[in-house]
Order: sequence, then C-alpha cells, then structure tokens
Amino acid sequence: MLGKTAGGLYWMFRFLERSENTARLLEAGFRMALTRSSDAESEWRSVLTTSGSRTLYDEKYDTYTDTQVMDWLLRDGDNPSSVVSVMKAARDNARLVRTALTTEVWEAVNDTWMTLSDLLKAPVSPVELPGVLATIRKQSALVRGALHGTMLRNDIYDFARIGTFIERADNTARIIDVKYYTLLPSASAVGSSLDNVQWEMILRSVSAHRCFRWLDEQDMTATAIADFLIFDRRLPRSLAFCVKQTTENLRYLEEEYETRHPCHDLADKLRGRLKSLDITTVFEQGLHEVITEFIRDNNTLGAQIENDFRFIG
Amino acid sequence: MTNTPKAYDEMQRPDGSVTSPYTGYNAWFTAQDPARLESKSREAEAFFRRTGITFNVYGQSEAQERLIPFDLVPRILSHREWTKLSKGIDQRVRAINAFIWDIYNRQEILRAGRVPKHLIAHNEAFLPQMMGFTPPGNIYTHIVGTDIVRTGAGDFFVLEDNARTPSGVSYMLENRETMLQMFPELFSKIRVQPVSDYPKNLRRSLAASAPPACTGKPRVAVLTPGIHNSAYFEHSFLADQMGAELVEGHDLRVVDGRIAMRTTRGYRVIDVLYRRIDDDFLDPLSFNPDSMLGVPGIMDVYRAGGITIANAPGAGIADDKAIYSYMPEIVEFYTGEKAILRNVETHRCAEPEALKYVLDNLADLVVKEVHGSGGYGMLVGPAASKTEIAAFRKKLEANPASYIAQPTLSLSTVPIFVDRGLAPRHVDLRPFVLVSPDGVNITPGGLTRVALTEGSLVVNSSQGGGTKDTWVLED
Repeated sequence: MLGKTAGGLYWMFRFLERSENTARLLEAGFRMALTRSSDAESEWRSVLTTSGSRTLYDEKYDTYTDTQVMDWLLRDGDNPSSVVSVMKAARDNARLVRTALTTEVWEAVNDTWMTLSDLLKAPVSPVELPGVLATIRKQSALVRGALHGTMLRNDIYDFARIGTFIERADNTARIIDVKYYTLLPSASAVGSSLDNVQWEMILRSVSAHRCFRWLDEQDMTATAIADFLIFDRRLPRSLAFCVKQTTENLRYLEEEYETRHPCHDLADKLRGRLKSLDITTVFEQGLHEVITEFIRDNNTLGAQIENDFRFIG
Repeated sequence: MTNTPKAYDEMQRPDGSVTSPYTGYNAWFTAQDPARLESKSREAEAFFRRTGITFNVYGQSEAQERLIPFDLVPRILSHREWTKLSKGIDQRVRAINAFIWDIYNRQEILRAGRVPKHLIAHNEAFLPQMMGFTPPGNIYTHIVGTDIVRTGAGDFFVLEDNARTPSGVSYMLENRETMLQMFPELFSKIRVQPVSDYPKNLRRSLAASAPPACTGKPRVAVLTPGIHNSAYFEHSFLADQMGAELVEGHDLRVVDGRIAMRTTRGYRVIDVLYRRIDDDFLDPLSFNPDSMLGVPGIMDVYRAGGITIANAPGAGIADDKAIYSYMPEIVEFYTGEKAILRNVETHRCAEPEALKYVLDNLADLVVKEVHGSGGYGMLVGPAASKTEIAAFRKKLEANPASYIAQPTLSLSTVPIFVDRGLAPRHVDLRPFVLVSPDGVNITPGGLTRVALTEGSLVVNSSQGGGTKDTWVLED
C-alpha cells in the first residue's frame, strides 16, 4: 500500500471520529445550557476548550451565546474542527484513498458529506438541533457499518481503525482534562447537586451516561466516573479500550509486514503505563498530570505511526 | 445560433422514418411511459452524484464538483459504420506513431518537404529531450482519443487527434453501466457490443509496453496531479478498475536507476507509469523547474530504459492543430495509403492568403488556437456577436500563426430526452484507442458528447455539454 494511502485512511477515520465527537460535545453543552442557563457561558467555554478551538473562537467572538457556539461547532469554515470542516476533510481523504475503499464505504462517506452539507447549508436553530445531531450520529453509524461489514481485514482496515482510536483516546482524555477538577475526590461521600450535573455532562460527552448507570453498581462518585472513563475496558470510549485497540491493530500490521517499528514499542509502553495504574494511584500521582501525560504520549504515538509507515515523504 | 435545417439527424430521416440502426430502439422507446423515463432520468442523476462521478471546474470556488449531465437516449452506430470508422482510426494512430518516431529520429518527412520544418522547430510540444530515443515497442501514444464529427450518412471527419492524455473514458464506461442498470431489458432485445473490457485491455496494453529493465510481472501505476484536478474521478476510477496504484509525484522518487513509489513497507519499483499530467510538469529537472506534480529525474530513468511513460513525452507534437492540417499527407507518407478518414478543411492563419480569407469570413468560421484545448479561446463565428468578432479579429491579427480556422460544420444530431419526448441535439464522438506492441485496440463506441442547448454546437462538458451512452450494434 502507498504510504500516502495509509495516511489518507488514518486521517479519514480520525476526521470521521472527530465529527462525531464534536456533535456529542455540542449535545452535552447544549443540554447544560438549557438546564442550567446561569452556567451556560462557562460550560460553552469548556466545550470549546475540549474541542481544541477556543483560541480561534475567541479571535472571532467576544461572547459565548448558544447560537454562536452552535454555529461555530457545526458550520464555521474558520473552525477546522467544525462538523462541516471535518466532514470535508474526511471526504477529501476518502477521495484520495478511494481505490482502497469498498464501494459501500465510499458511498457512505460521500452520502454523509452530501447529507451534512445540505443539512448545514444554513444556520441551525435550537429547535432543529436535536434532529441535526441525530442525523450526524446516524451518518457516522452508516460509515462505521459499511467499514465493518464490507472491508477486508487487512492493513487498510488496520490504518482506518488506528486513526479512529488515536482520535477517540485524544477526545476522551481532553474531556477528562478540561473537567478534571470536578472529578477530584471530595471529602463528602456523595457529590453535591452541582457535581452531579457536571458528571452527567462528562458522561454525556462520551455517550456513556446510560452505560454508567447500567454497569456501575456503586453510587455515582467522582472516583467511579474517572475509573470508568480511564480504565473500564467495557466502555468503547475509555482510554484503556482505545489504547488496547490501537495496540492490537498495530500488532496485526507487525505480523502482516513482518516488521517491528518504534511505534510498536511506544504503543506497548503506553498500554503498559495504563496497566500499571489504578484509580488510586492516578489520584496519588495527580489526575491532571496523568491525563496531560497521556495526551502527550498518545500524540507522540500518532506521529511515530505516521513516520514509521511513511505517510509523508 | 439557430439550428441549421439541413443538419443530419442520425435517428430520423427528413420524411419522418427511422434510420436502420435505431429501429429496435425506437420500437422500445415508443412503448415506454414518458413518466417512467422521467423518473429514470432523475435516478441516473442521483446515481452519478452518490457514486461521485463528478468533475471539478477550474475557477469556481463554490460547488467545485459538477456532474456532467447524462442523457438516456443512446447514440447508435451500425456495425458497418463502425467498421469503416475503426479502420480509419487504426490507420491514423499507426501513422501518428510512425510520425512521432520519425520527428524524434530521422525527420524524413521534414526532409521530404511534406511538413514544414518550422512547424516542428517552433512547436512548444516538441521536446528536444526525446531526440534519438525510441520508447519501448516504438509506442508513443498508448492511449488516443480521436474526436470524430459527422455531417451526413457516410460523412465522418476527424476533428482532433488527442495524443497526449485524452480523458472521458470513465464516462464511456459509467454511462454503459448506468444504462445496463436502468434498462436491462433493452440489452436483451438489442445486441450491443460491450465496452467493459476497456480497463483490462488498458492494463494489458500498458504492461505489454514495459521497459527493458522490467523483469517480472510489470507493475503499473496511474500518476494524477491530485484530488483537485478536474479529471481526478477518472484517474482513481481507472486505477481502481485496473488494480493499479494511484500515485502523485510526491509518492515517487528515483531509486537505483528506477522509479519507485513510497509504500508502507518501503520503496517499490514501478515499470509503467500511465501519467495524467502534462509533459511540462513531468520532471522539474528537465522541464518546468517549478513543477511540484512530477518526479525529479524521471526523464533520465526513462531514457535509460528504466520506466515506460504513457503517453510518451513529446507525443503532443502529433496532435497540435497546425500539424493536424497535414494529417492527410502524414497518413499517406507513412502508410502508403490514402487516409480513410477525412480531415476538416483547415485554414492555417500563418499563411497570408489563408489569413486574408479567414479575416474576410470570420462570421462563418470557427477559429481555434493552435495550442488551445477544450473550447477555450476559440471563436464560433456564426454564434458570436459583432463585438466578439471584432475583439477576436484584433487577437488574430496580432498573432495569426497561433490560429487555424475551419468552416462551421453542420454536426449531425441525435435526439435527447426532454419533457415532451425527443428533441435533436448536435453531437460528436470520441472513440478510445489503445496502442501497444501487440497492436491497436479500439473499444467499440466511445464517448458521445452532446450540446444540450437547442441549436448549440459546443459539446464541451466545461461549457454545458452532456454525454450519452454510445452503442455499436453487433453484426
């Protein structure tokens, strides 16, 4: 496979994952703004920080109103992480690697791009937002379904999956990072009502609010939530799950190519580091410090993969 | 411009009867419910959009990707008409390859005075780097798109020989696919020669032209300028259909005297490069030094027999519009036969007498730039306003050698489907020709382009033209 094609696949799936993450963040933020309008501004600020686009936003706007932030996250071409920008980038990459995709995957991506460009031609009103977000979720399920159902399990698939999980791990880690102070264990056994709202926001951002209630026998506490998001391998957006997936797909590449690269060592190290920790040691070492280190190492791993498989010349 | 009453319609005779190639189709068509055809037509558009069969238009920042409108009425040629056409095309591409070899080697045709020397020496398409070099199998034009127009029952003319990187073949293939999906019953009633072997033949033909350095099974790649190129869809389509890699210049480099592509497992050698970029961008070391699209050093590898480039650099010398006017002489010189296909009468504005004639008759002529392509920079006299003609006159007088002029041909018409039924529109035809050491292979049919506006003679997709499926009937 061409190095450029591997890179195109990796980025195509990073962007697809990002569009879903942005939509999910927006959904959680919008819900906060609706239910707790007094905190809306600070919630939107943290949504923008998590999406990594706050600096650019602040260059354009002075205030944080619902409609402004919504438009920024969904449609604004100045925001490289807006759903429209990210879908365009995903489709451009899909065109680049079209010969590596099945017809079903290509058509799903192309259909997604056409549907979303049409849907997001004009600003979205708060009334329309739930419908728009539902469409974004549905479209990404369409692409994912086509990928799982039709692609050969070879290096093409591995690069697609690695892109997905590097991006997803980054996204979950950012959510924890931005909200880490609400996850610190407090003296009281049960969180205040304010904490409860914040925790729900966090869980919603990773579509895990229902899973958590289903799976977790304990009460909702900061420690239980942090543990769930970092270590629970049943949760498809937890750091441990993402790292496990990345490591496994890298191992398949190692077998297929019969070559071990520096990125394999980095991935094993990252996985080993998570395994060496539990939620108690995380709080001992500092949640903020541990997560910052994870984000850095996950990015380094991404860059090493790009280098080892010659994405660019 | 209004429809010239004497335009030859390929389906309907002046007395209203249907010509023989269309008899079967007409019987089917008259039995159809127009509403069903209407919905099929919309279906086809949705299909093209969903699969991304689009082209990019330069200079349109919004809506960069457009569809080429597809018309569901096929253009039909009889077996006999096609046999004559394909013989003529075969003869012509053989002559073209012999001509190009001669120009870059012995130049006998120049010495014989059949083609003026200055047309070559001052030609931008002439590449001195190709002098004294013979590409594998003596093939210069692996892929040719010969543009044909028709003015009467037996009157076919060659309008252009596209010997560089002719495009449109993906539309030929997708148009047939679309027709097969929409109207499968038609193909069981009427026996149409298939076109779907083209990608396989293209691959075989390219592989047969592998360079001396190739030892194993030839590895073929398609070189594209990238996703923003107007024909990118076609590049990826052909690579996909051939099972070849689709590469860009920055994927390639010279490794040990060969061209190699950067893969996830290191560099892998390529034997044959089907390039869809112009000569000028091919090698920044030999040609345009600013080119980011090509591969530095590829010309040295090429001349040393390390890679086959299709079409060969410098092949454009044969499809220049000034050279075109000498094609009848060229065919005769190299084949010893009269040209089977006629040329359109061409006035070379470089010649004072011709220029005078052209200036006196601008309103009736089509004037084209010698190096231009795709309908840009041309004047269609009968369709132009007085102001446009006056402006063009100035350009022409300032630089007459850059232009040729031809009579406005009354292009044949084929009906398109409109809301009230069928309506005649002007068409042309681009058959696709593959040339390899094993011989010449012409896919039966080709791409029919159609001017969708009533009376219009401009069929270019960049200027509102559409396409049709083209049928050659079985004997």
